Formats: sequence, C-alpha cells, structure tokens
Amino acid sequence: MKKFVSLALVLVLVISLFAACGSDNGSGEADGVSVFKLGGIGPLTGGAAIYGTAAKNGAEIAVAEINALGGSIQFDLRYEDDAHDAEKSVNAYNTLKDWGMQIFLGSVTSTPCVATSAESCNDNIFTLTPSASSTDVLGGVANPLTGTIDVERKGNTFQMCFMDPNQGLASANYIAENNLGSKIAVIYKNDDVYSTGVYFSFKAQADELGLDIVSTTTFTESSQTDFSVQIADAKDNGADLIFMPMYYTPASLIFTQANAIGYKPAYFGIDGMDGILTVEGFDTSLAEGVMLLTPFNADAQDEKTQNFVAAYQEKYGEIPNQFAADGYDCVYAIYEALTALNATADMSASELCDALVAKFTDGSFSFNGLTGDNMTWDETGAVNKTPKGMVIENGAYVGLN
Amino acid sequence: MKKLFKKKSTRTSFITYAVVVAVFLYLQIRNATGGLSSTMAGQLVPICAWSIMALSLNLTVGVLGELSLGHAGFMSIGAFTGAITAAVIRFQSGGAAGGALTLIASVAVGAVFAGIAGVLIGIPVLRLKGDYLAIVTLAFGEIIRALINVFYVGIDKNGLHISFLNTENLSLDAGGKLILNGASGISGIQKISTFFAGFVLIMLCLIVIFNFVNSRSGRAVMAIRDNRIAVDSIGIPATRYKLLAFVISATLAGMGGALFALGQNSIVASKFDFNTSILILVFVVLGSQGNMLGSIIAASVLTVLPELPFMRGFKDYRMLIYAIILILVMIFKNNPTLKRFMQKLFPFAELKKRFAKKAEGGGNDG
Repeated sequence: MKKFVSLALVLVLVISLFAACGSDNGSGEADGVSVFKLGGIGPLTGGAAIYGTAAKNGAEIAVAEINALGGSIQFDLRYEDDAHDAEKSVNAYNTLKDWGMQIFLGSVTSTPCVATSAESCNDNIFTLTPSASSTDVLGGVANPLTGTIDVERKGNTFQMCFMDPNQGLASANYIAENNLGSKIAVIYKNDDVYSTGVYFSFKAQADELGLDIVSTTTFTESSQTDFSVQIADAKDNGADLIFMPMYYTPASLIFTQANAIGYKPAYFGIDGMDGILTVEGFDTSLAEGVMLLTPFNADAQDEKTQNFVAAYQEKYGEIPNQFAADGYDCVYAIYEALTALNATADMSASELCDALVAKFTDGSFSFNGLTGDNMTWDETGAVNKTPKGMVIENGAYVGLN
Repeated sequence: MKKLFKKKSTRTSFITYAVVVAVFLYLQIRNATGGLSSTMAGQLVPICAWSIMALSLNLTVGVLGELSLGHAGFMSIGAFTGAITAAVIRFQSGGAAGGALTLIASVAVGAVFAGIAGVLIGIPVLRLKGDYLAIVTLAFGEIIRALINVFYVGIDKNGLHISFLNTENLSLDAGGKLILNGASGISGIQKISTFFAGFVLIMLCLIVIFNFVNSRSGRAVMAIRDNRIAVDSIGIPATRYKLLAFVISATLAGMGGALFALGQNSIVASKFDFNTSILILVFVVLGSQGNMLGSIIAASVLTVLPELPFMRGFKDYRMLIYAIILILVMIFKNNPTLKRFMQKLFPFAELKKRFAKKAEGGGNDG
C-alpha cells in the first residue's frame, strides 16, 4: 500500500509538472486599433548576449515610437531568451507561439535562427531576422564553394542584414576595386558559422579577382586570446592587408598584439567589427585607419540616425551598434508593409504571412531605414542594399570613398 | 507471478517500466487531444533524448562507479552519424519523406558508431581510475567536438564525399548536397523523431540496463565498483567488464544522440561541449546514481523547468533562478532528515540504501 501511495505521488508530481504548461491566447482588437503580436528571440544571457540585447533594445525603441504615434497599427513586442542555442531557441519560439505571436522577428544569431526559421516556415509565420546572416537561415541559396543547394528555401523568411557570402563577396570586390592591398592575410574563426561563411565566399571571390592571399590562419572560441602565431605568419609572409571576418572582441586583441611587435598592416573588417571603438580598455588609437564594411554608422549625420542614437543613449546609456539598428529597421519594415496592406490584427498569422511575403517580394516595396536606403527584397529572402565602406579616423567612423 | 515480484530488483525494474508507460500514455493522449501547449509538445522528443542520455551515463557513473565527463562526445557521434544517415537515405530516395524505417536505421547507425568510439576511447581510458579517468574522458569529449568541427560530408550521385579540410575538397556534382558543413553543422534536418520513438528507445534502454545489471556481467561490474581488490583477487577480468559497461553506455548515448538530432532542425558540434556533459551528469546525480527512474525524472524536470511559463516570467534572471533551484534541490537531496523521510516513502529504497552504505564506507564514487 505504501508503495502504491508513493508511486501515485511520483505520478502526480510528474503529471502536474507537465500540466502546468497551459497556453493563453489574447486577441488584440480594440476600437479600430490593431495590436499585432510581434515576437523575437535572441541571446539575452550568455556569451552572445550583447547582440541579442542590442537587437531587442533597437526593436523596443521602434515599437515605442510606433505605439506613441497612436496610429491604427500598434505592436505588442515580446522578446525571449535563447542563450545562443538552437534547442533553446525552438523552445522560445514555441513559447511565443503559445503566446499568440503573429509576426516573428526571427532569432538574432545564425545557428538558432536556422532552427527557428524552419519552425516558422512549417507554421507559416512571417519571419524577418535582424542579423542572422547565414545562408541556411533563408535556404535555397547555392553554397558558393560547392554550388549545391543544401537547405530548401523557406518562403516565409527574410533577412535585414547582409547574407554572409555577400559580405565576403563585397569585401573582396571592395579591396580589389580600391587596390587596398597587394598581399593579403586572412585570420578567421573556424568554429564559427559567421566567420567561416564570410571567409569561404571571400576566398572564392578573391581567387576569381586574382587577389594574392599569402597567409590564412584560424582561431577558435577557446583560443581567441592569443594571436601571436597568426600575426607572425602574416608578418613573415609580408602581408600588407589583413582581412578579418570576425567580431570586434578578438579583433581588438589582434590590433593590440600586432602593435606590440611593431607590425602595422592595413586592416579590413566586416560588420562584426562595428563596436570596436566601444571595447573597454582598448586603446582606440590602434584602430586608427581600420576599414570596415558595415550597413550602419552611429556617427552618421542624417536626422534619422541621430534621433535613434539619442533615443537609444537616453534609454540604455550606450551607443547603439548595428544589431540595434537592424532590430529597429525590422520593426519599421514590418510596420510599413502592414500599413501598405491595411492589415488588421484579427488576421491569422498565416494570412499575415502570405500577405507580407507577397508585399515584400512584389518589387515595388522598398524601405528606407538606418541600415540603408531603398532596401528591397526578392524571392530569395536576401536584402538588397549597398554596404557602406567606413574607415576609422580620429576615433570615429568616416565614410570611405 | 507473485513469486517473481518478490525479488526486489525485478520489482524495481517493473515499477520503472510501469511509471514510464503510464506517463507516456498520459502525455500521448494529452498531445493527441491538443491538451499540450506548443512549448510542451515541442519538448517531448528532447525530454526522451535527454532521459536516454541520463540513463546511459547512469550506467557508467552509478553502476560502474566511474566518473565520465565526456558523455556529450558520444551523444554528438550518435547525433551526427544518425543525421548523416537520415540525410543519405533521403537523398538516395529522391527527397522522399523519411519514416519509421529511416529513423530506425539512423538510430542504429548512431548507436554503432558511438559504440565503436566507446571501444576506442575505453581501451586507454579505463586503465585509469577516479579523477584521472574523469579528466581523460573530458579531453576525449573535447577532441570529438573539435574533430566534427572540421569535418565536411557531402553526397552526390557518385556517393559520399568526406573531407577534413574544407568544402572545396569534396568536389560535389551540381545535383549534390552538402550534409555536414564543418562548424556550421548539419542544417535542414528532417524532423522524423517522434515521441513514440523516444518512448520505445527509453524502454529499450531500461530493458538493456536492468538486464545487464542483473546479469553475471552486471554483478561483476558492480563488484568492481564496490571493491576492486577483491575482484582482482578472485580472478575477474576487471578491465574487460569495465569496458563492456562503458561501451554499452556509449552505445545507448549514441542512440540518444541520434534521436535528439532527428528531432531538431539543425545541429552544430559546439552544442555537445563540456557543459552538456556536465548537464547530463547533473541529471544522474540529481536522480540518484544507480536509480534509473530517478535519472529519467531528473532529466525530464530539468529539461522542462527553464521553459515553464513561470520561469520565462523571470526574463533575464531565468537561468539564475534555474541555478538557484538546482542548488536548493541538491542541498535538500543531501539533507539526512529528508533522506530518511524519503526512504520511508520511496519504494526504491533498496538501491538508495546500497548507495548510502557505500558513501558511509568513504567510497569515492564522485
């Protein structure tokens, strides 16, 4: 009998745990005002939290602005944490679905977004990711090295950022066109999707253009504190330009360590380099002359950027990076498309998805945001905008010509 | 029948089977009638996979009494070989939807490869004891992760292409498909793992483990755990039995890995790092070493816990709260008063007592 009681207790325990997960659905229609449920996922905790938090903050500012306008389209934004993990990201996605999400801002980072975009494709929920740049997020893109299509196109998914291969392509083109270096060294992070994706397309395009890559070295998550071997290899091979497809934290160490041995090549980075001037304890004079391709520049003089930077600084006390700008742009792009469609919040997620996909791909929809003017999208889901070449001069980004 | 259940070990195993079947039936019915939230429904397969991982590690930690910190390595071998198998079958069948047969084949391949890795790693590792063994397994787990990071697999009409360098070396035909792309892992996996498959695999694991533990080999393994010198003195080949338990554990982990991978849209090698090995160990320790039902419950609860709506409510502090709950549970679990109370209440006291006795003896069971 005792056994039976205890067994029953265990069962009740387990079952109540599972049963605790109910779902609630609220609709958002009141007085002709449509409140759309906007869901987003990003790493808000853990090592990649800086990116997720920035995208979330950017999106929040956009939502606050739109809601303050008091128009007929209002947003209810909910961001969930995935700690940069695909499994947790799918859980977060399901949580948002239970909440009644109608439009999805995707996952901020690539690896989780590959998983969540597959889920949202199955559920037919419109997805516009601010910064997940891998080709597998969109699917249907031929791998630049093998020419094979490895993941089928997810028709509901669009990107606000450049796709990795496009960044590598654009960088190689830019270097070749402007004759930035005759001997090029590449240092990339070979256990990172973003870094390897850019490197491979850069290499393919560099070979095509006849750029001379004299040194290719790698590092990993666990070895990104000491770059003496990589720098020495570049130096020994006489490289005068180092291409760095990586985020700014390891880049700042490379600048410091190269400087320590008196090696002063030119540096060329991509959008992950954005933020280098905000690294704590980093001597920004070392980044002087660093070139980077980035869609966003917090020092730009146009009104839109300045307003955004001011609002961001007031609310979060720091200068926004491109992830924040991407998050902001995503919300506004969706807002403009919804406005053009006269969409109302009583439409189901699936109806909204079909309408938004049609709108984004009809060729007439173009969007002016912080990260570019006249952005357009096509069936591939990739954004069409011009990357801005920037150079760091006197501790500030200045447009390259 | 009555006689059969008099034996305590038999009773323990049948109670475990009964609980697993009951919970499965309950959840399956709730799921079929739409009674589960998407969050919960989406976690059914991961719960099964993590339960299998906890069960398999419990064989090494609880039964064999050796601390392994590289279990995620076996999981990743099972996950990647399983997912590659499924992708190959799908490619050869012209992109047709995979079914139960694909799943069975993939899980089997995952289990076999993880088992082979278990043999290769077990031979050098099992010569060591205690902390040394733990550290070496940790190293092997990291080596497996690093290797998969530079592993490229593609397929075209000429068959499989494998490279350790980069995707260019694969020289795939235009109609081919890149399956495993180094650090980018495998994307576009067809989700063919089902809750039913997970349940069947858990039952399979339980049957294997209970029968092993109650067999001649199992008794030898437990004897090694309890007193190595006595075992050596009566001529039991300790290394062989240790290896046997270790390889079974690795094989089951491979099954769990394959089930996990085929329940995800994409997998990357970095998922199966040191932290994941520790997480599995936490399941085992929380569920009591040697207690199989405990492992399943601990794995399920700790997998579901951070996704509960009330945990999501903590926003950025969610994982902090999770850690605090974990610490509190561990403290309560080791509280002697509470332990006595639980022993009175718990039907599986027999196994627990055995462990309590061992702990009093000052045994180093990690």
